[in-house]
Amino acid sequence: MNLLVLAAEEAQNPLIPPIPELVIGLIAFVIVFGFLAKKLLPNINKVLDERREAIEGGIEKAEAAQTEAQSVLEQYKAQLAEARHEAARLRQDALEQGTALKEELRAEGQRQREEIIAAGHTQIEADRKAASHALRQDVGKLATDLAGKLVGESLEDHARQSRTIDRFLSELEEKAASNGAAR
Amino acid sequence: MSADPTTVLAFETDCHIFDGCGFPAPGLHSFLFEPIFGDADSNIYFNKTMLLALLGTVVIVGFFWLAFRKPKVVPGKLQMVAEAGYDFVRRGIVYETLGKKEGEKYVPLMVTLFFFVWIMNLWSIVPMAQFPVTAIISYPAALAAIVYVIWMSVTFKRHGFVGGFKNLTGYDKSLGPVLPMVMVIEFFSNVLVRPFTHAVRLFANMFAGHTLLLLFTIASWYLLNGIGIAYAGVSFVMVLVMTAFELFIQAVQAYVFVLLACSFIQGALAEHH
Repeated sequence: MNLLVLAAEEAQNPLIPPIPELVIGLIAFVIVFGFLAKKLLPNINKVLDERREAIEGGIEKAEAAQTEAQSVLEQYKAQLAEARHEAARLRQDALEQGTALKEELRAEGQRQREEIIAAGHTQIEADRKAASHALRQDVGKLATDLAGKLVGESLEDHARQSRTIDRFLSELEEKAASNGAAR
Repeated sequence: MSADPTTVLAFETDCHIFDGCGFPAPGLHSFLFEPIFGDADSNIYFNKTMLLALLGTVVIVGFFWLAFRKPKVVPGKLQMVAEAGYDFVRRGIVYETLGKKEGEKYVPLMVTLFFFVWIMNLWSIVPMAQFPVTAIISYPAALAAIVYVIWMSVTFKRHGFVGGFKNLTGYDKSLGPVLPMVMVIEFFSNVLVRPFTHAVRLFANMFAGHTLLLLFTIASWYLLNGIGIAYAGVSFVMVLVMTAFELFIQAVQAYVFVLLACSFIQGALAEHH
């Protein structure tokens, strides 16, 4: 026990490091450092990196899914808008077509009406001409007959007869015209 | 252990207050240990602090071995705890002082330092051990020496001999006539005082903490007689309080030790002004 007391007296200054403890301390530290620096910390660093990548990968995946959903939504919206547009266009087309058809039909009706009117006019004109022609012959004949009866002379000479009738009719027409102008 | 009046522990005796014996106050002798084997004179011996240092080594390596041997991306409980400690040193100390780019290289060293110091401190309140290994100056001195060698070599590697010298002496032309004085003071402070204070700061804190714990523990036992029992109660409450306080101080000192090591290296890496 005197040994320890002696040692205590010798090593009174606690700031003077005993060498064996120093050596053991260094050895202990180097052992811990060796294990941590060479094996265990690289291990955990690798796993931490993997984990970070996994988390970032997850985030990326979620982002990708969101982007896809967004694009699909856009697509649907676009399709819907297109469909609406198409419907509107079809309606417009139908309306236009209907209008055009109506217009066409109306034009056709108009044309037919005019045709019919024109045909009627032509018919009337032809009838009038025919009537006028017939009337002229009848009037000529009647007049000739009448004149023959009155004169007692047969106006057999066709040329003279014709001339006479024409002159008479011309006179009649002139009279009618002058009457019309006077009116 | 022994019956020597200066080395005997209080609770190894039946001597209490009012029994006519003095208070066996703790002192320097409380930090001396009889070798378990070997000879204290020959400098080849093995004692309690060495045993605790080696046990602490086993504890640290064992803990991290179990936690990080086969780490998983989805961590188990042990791995989570170890990761928290690792991340605390890496992000909280190294990245904060050295930055991520420069600091990455020093992370293993600082992590080792932190847990080494902390566990060696922690022995102080572990039953049966109850002695902070770092209260023997050799251990902090060894660690401070390692840090000193590293930051000194970084200084000269980074800046060359002249640049390194300027870095160490805080060379700054704008200081003018006081420059020589500043250089002497800076050199003295950085090169000579710094490693000493680095080691002693840790040593002294643990030394004082252990002394306080010893004081109140011994007093609790010594006062256990007659009216002294009341005082013993108070003293025992102080033992509990100081134990909790020591738990805190041990972590703080480990943190400070590593923080200082980082700031030394940061100073060595910094561009000289």
